[in-house]
Amino acid sequence: MSDNTISKKKAITQGLRDGFPIGLGYFAVSFSLGIFAKSVGCNAIQGIINSFFNHASAGEYAVYSMIGVGASYLEMAIMTLIVNARYLLMSTALSQRIHPNTSFLHRLFIGFHVTDELFAISINRPGFVNPFYCYGAFFIAVIGWCAGTATGIIAGGILPARLVSALSVALYGMFLACIMPEARRHKIVAVLIIISFVLSYIANELSLFAAISSGTKTIILTVLIASVAAIVFPHPEVEDDD
Amino acid sequence: MMTNAYIYILVAALVSTIIRVLPVTIFRKPIKSRFVRSFLYYVPYVTLAVMTFPAIINATQSKISGILALVCGSIAAWFNMSLFKVACICCGVVFVAELFL
Repeated sequence: MSDNTISKKKAITQGLRDGFPIGLGYFAVSFSLGIFAKSVGCNAIQGIINSFFNHASAGEYAVYSMIGVGASYLEMAIMTLIVNARYLLMSTALSQRIHPNTSFLHRLFIGFHVTDELFAISINRPGFVNPFYCYGAFFIAVIGWCAGTATGIIAGGILPARLVSALSVALYGMFLACIMPEARRHKIVAVLIIISFVLSYIANELSLFAAISSGTKTIILTVLIASVAAIVFPHPEVEDDD
Repeated sequence: MMTNAYIYILVAALVSTIIRVLPVTIFRKPIKSRFVRSFLYYVPYVTLAVMTFPAIINATQSKISGILALVCGSIAAWFNMSLFKVACICCGVVFVAELFL
């Protein structure tokens, strides 16, 4: 538990150090998000606000797709719930590792800092979660995130079409980087990913479903596939989570 | 449309903040239901997969370059390359492929 007695300053410094490469990665990915944001008519200020408060690639992507198709606010809320549902799990995992004396405000901000990567580095440290470590990492990562989005929105338009075409897949590359390592570890996940690809393709190509917005399609497919999977293949390692 | 964007962002920000903050402030015990835990476990992978395909082949100028990015990105990610590297590989593949297509 010596980890919890380190000074605030040291914890913040360690957070900044570990968060730096994450911030760099976020810059590249959110640049691609910025290009997409611009294509649905969002400006840099909106991009920065969205990046600061949502700081989630899939979540922000959902915001811009919803704006693009003019979805309802209810759809927006449900979509956010669906694409960010994993943060419920991460936040729950973190809640088990927070010192009982931690104030409500610290708990609040530890929850707010959660992204896939920041959760990973925060939970991987020994002992109780140090709020100041989280804040250091969040600070540097969110700068990369906001700056990347703004740069994508501003500079995405002046880049040649071929370059924009290339950069616009960075986001999907990041999605793949999030799902494939788990697919390798668990065959079920690999199978689910393939099923998701196929059903998503069918849902997007068949004129039968043309009237349903792409956001709603994502919600329906996710709930459907994940529910069936949870019933048929209850996650074997669920019991082992600590 | 432009003014509405702020409301979309606000709605998403509220929901995502509640999702992030609620468990860590309220729940002190792990979720018991095996179904809910399994469902929550599968959700990110399914959602991200659904959002990736076929969107990735519609994002590029040519469908073939999108497919190549999907294949190369999947292989790189399979071998645990970092988020940053996988994203760069996808971009590079599309850029090179579209020089020839």
